[in-house]
Amino acid sequence: MTASGNGKIRDFGDRTFKVVGTRPIRHDGADKVTGRAVYGADVQLPGMLFGQVLRSPHAHARIRSIDTSKAAALPGVRSVITGADLPAPASADEMIDLGEGPARVKYLRDNVLATDKILYRGHAVAAVAATSLHVAEEALLMIAVDYEVLAPVVDVLTAMKQDAPQLHDGMTTRVFGEDTGKKSNIAAQMRDELGDIKKGFEEATHIAETEVHTATVHQGYIEPHNGTAQWSQDGSLTIWTSTQGAFTAQKQIAAILGLTVGRVRVIPTEIGGGFGGKIPSYVEPAAALLSQKTGHSVKIVMTRTDTFEGTGPTPGSCVRVKIGVDGAGKITAGEAWIAFESGAYPGCPVGAATMCVFACYKFPNAVVDSFDVVVNKPRSFAYRAPGSTHVAFAVEKVMDELAEKLGRDPVQFRLDNIAEEGVRRSDGVVYPRIGARECLEVVRDSDHYKSALEGPNRGRGVALGYWFNVGLKSSVTASVNADGTVQLVEGSTDIGGTRTSIAMQFAETLGLAAHDINPSVGDTSTVGYTDVTGGSRVTYATGWAAYEAAEDVKRQMIERAAMVWELDADQVEYHNGAFRTLDGSKSIGFKALAGKIDDTGGTVVGQGAVDPAAGVGGSFSANIADVEVDRETGKVSILRYTAVQDAGKAIHPSYVEGQMQGGSVQGIGWALNEEYSYTDEGRMANPTFLDYRIPTALDLPMIETIIVEVPNPGHPYGVRGVGEASIAPPPPTICAAIKNAVGVNLTELPMRPDRVAAALKVAKPSIVAG
Amino acid sequence: MSKIHVRCTINGDPQEFLCEARQSLLEVLSEELGFTGTKEGCNDGNCGACSITLDGVLVDSCLVLAVEAEGKQVATVEGVAGPEGLHPLQQKFLEHAALQCGICTPGFLVASKALLEAKPNPTEHEVRHWLAGNLCRCTGYDKIVRAVLDVAGQEK
Repeated sequence: MTASGNGKIRDFGDRTFKVVGTRPIRHDGADKVTGRAVYGADVQLPGMLFGQVLRSPHAHARIRSIDTSKAAALPGVRSVITGADLPAPASADEMIDLGEGPARVKYLRDNVLATDKILYRGHAVAAVAATSLHVAEEALLMIAVDYEVLAPVVDVLTAMKQDAPQLHDGMTTRVFGEDTGKKSNIAAQMRDELGDIKKGFEEATHIAETEVHTATVHQGYIEPHNGTAQWSQDGSLTIWTSTQGAFTAQKQIAAILGLTVGRVRVIPTEIGGGFGGKIPSYVEPAAALLSQKTGHSVKIVMTRTDTFEGTGPTPGSCVRVKIGVDGAGKITAGEAWIAFESGAYPGCPVGAATMCVFACYKFPNAVVDSFDVVVNKPRSFAYRAPGSTHVAFAVEKVMDELAEKLGRDPVQFRLDNIAEEGVRRSDGVVYPRIGARECLEVVRDSDHYKSALEGPNRGRGVALGYWFNVGLKSSVTASVNADGTVQLVEGSTDIGGTRTSIAMQFAETLGLAAHDINPSVGDTSTVGYTDVTGGSRVTYATGWAAYEAAEDVKRQMIERAAMVWELDADQVEYHNGAFRTLDGSKSIGFKALAGKIDDTGGTVVGQGAVDPAAGVGGSFSANIADVEVDRETGKVSILRYTAVQDAGKAIHPSYVEGQMQGGSVQGIGWALNEEYSYTDEGRMANPTFLDYRIPTALDLPMIETIIVEVPNPGHPYGVRGVGEASIAPPPPTICAAIKNAVGVNLTELPMRPDRVAAALKVAKPSIVAG
Repeated sequence: MSKIHVRCTINGDPQEFLCEARQSLLEVLSEELGFTGTKEGCNDGNCGACSITLDGVLVDSCLVLAVEAEGKQVATVEGVAGPEGLHPLQQKFLEHAALQCGICTPGFLVASKALLEAKPNPTEHEVRHWLAGNLCRCTGYDKIVRAVLDVAGQEK
């Protein structure tokens, strides 16, 4: 039984495979369609208590005092904690590596339970453990907090002003890594330079520029954050949680609680979506502390509103981009100015934005200035290709404007400047083999692009996006069963079918079938260190670890065959799914040989541990959108949508298509609907799925896909991670389509109906006709 | 708070439970009776992850008080598959790769089953309209809609 597929594939490679590229049913499929799969909130332990977290109603305030006595006296309440109960960090500067970047322990800790200062509405203030959820909720209402309310600042340009309310008393701006000693909300200013920007713009015959604004948007996973903690009397702590990385959670929880990692075991449950938002730990340390104080296990599940108000969305931003081209239509220079709202604490993904901003094209000269700015919003965290969507919106708009100025087809203009192998990105990285050109050529040659789009108020847009992908550490252990099946334990939490894409690479390497492998996700006590499920790295890096584990099994099985045949191991080789003597006189299949392992020394266990530093190969994604604009309401309907992406090699094409479709639709939501809408007091006015409107099935057409396969030379099977690049192109694609439909040039996300309608009112009829 | 005695059937089996008046049916199903396949995504009727049927009517179990189940037939995702194996919808969801993280899947299956019982041959638009109360953040809905249309014999 295999899956069916509707998407197209354009393979630029020359290898054939048996398992890779097929579409087996995912190994965890039956559990997930029958309701048996256990997610974080489903954890039930004997004697378990329920925790709840009290959150600040103010966006910016000082805590004068907290009185928990009434809450603690409520029958059924077992413990009430505040920030004072968390241990102080070892030092104010202690940092830990979260896989996708370092984090300051003090900030992580203050984000879990505030100590003196409230920095955003929804900031955790206290937590309660009680015998029932409802008693815990009642207790929260009985905690008296005396706040000194301060003026909030919730947008990046205001926060950067000298007279803006300051979030952190001691924070000073670091410019190019040097502390200026100057107090401001700008935590850091950075610059990348390439070539000679002045000369580049002097060579330009046409220059276009834009300033865009993007709203704070949330990853919007359907499963709220959760954590269940059991602090044993022997001092060890076990945590069950929905996390993108058990080891990263272990590190954070241990650091926040002042424990060594060896005392903390994190068991990752099934996870109901993450998209970058489930890398940080929020409720787990509070649950742990409550467990320690009560002697019971404690479960905390966030509400949806807590999830919006109290967890890390993507930064809102202001991005300015200016690009020059010469008379031949070649880019001569690019300048970018990128300011991101980090939220309550510094450290947002603005650095990633600088790596992506000019990544799609050849820029001989470039300057990229970037700013990490604190505002009174939740501390932002990664959201799918973090930073790339913001800058793609600005750059692709400018590229369209330049094509228009030059009188060229926008796809051909992009192809004339496309990034390729050997090109140096503005942050200094030189590209290996990449598939940007192939993606755009596939767009140009697609049925969709060649089709006619007729009718009033309809327009088509095309845009390109990028994510650089990461490698990081992954571990896999594989045990051979006597029946020839294999138990494979891997360390990456599976958010989208990666157990299967990992198992398939193992199977391919040993000539087995995908369902001969029984993959499972390990915890911090049962598998080697593995970094987060993020950075589009799991099928790439953990898949590579599975390949290494299979090679290890292969070496050991060669030894077993040699033992059976009473030969030296160097007289035996693996060939095409079987083991044979070099002279070809004897041969035995994997399964038959597995039947003899108990008589030749016992269990065969293979291991793979990788940390690919280079060769991850970035992934490019191109979109085509046809839209229709309702002139009266400003509502934009998507008539047809195609996503094209370079997967290197699609291990399981159905799940590659799924990443492309899902990322595109998240980008569509970001483009048209989604935003944190703030009141003057700094309160999110729409913290529910009713008012924070993510796309529904009714808002969308089918998302057509074309997988491009330009094999990545930096992976045994040519894989490029596909998880993230797909979210970057939708906003500029749709923006261009709206412009082509009704002539308005929007510069702010989301492109809500009221914004489109307002732009149509001021648009001149001559532009509309164009 | 004193508890109320409720009698109903769940997936065809007689069931009795005690609950507080303030408890939702979702809370009782998942936290007390072990039907954890019914998921909480929002607890305010906007995501559909807790979809169940009550006397055959599709509802968000977070918006139903547990006491309202008295005398009713409750059907959850755990009852979709029979002893003979997976329901065709479950099978097609797997074949079409119509799930990624899987948290919304139980709700989509319950809602899709209710759709096909009400309307065995829906158009794509009818499927999208019916399922608009179920949010999925991973798939972009394409493969979910195809899976439902496939079961209905409507996929092109």
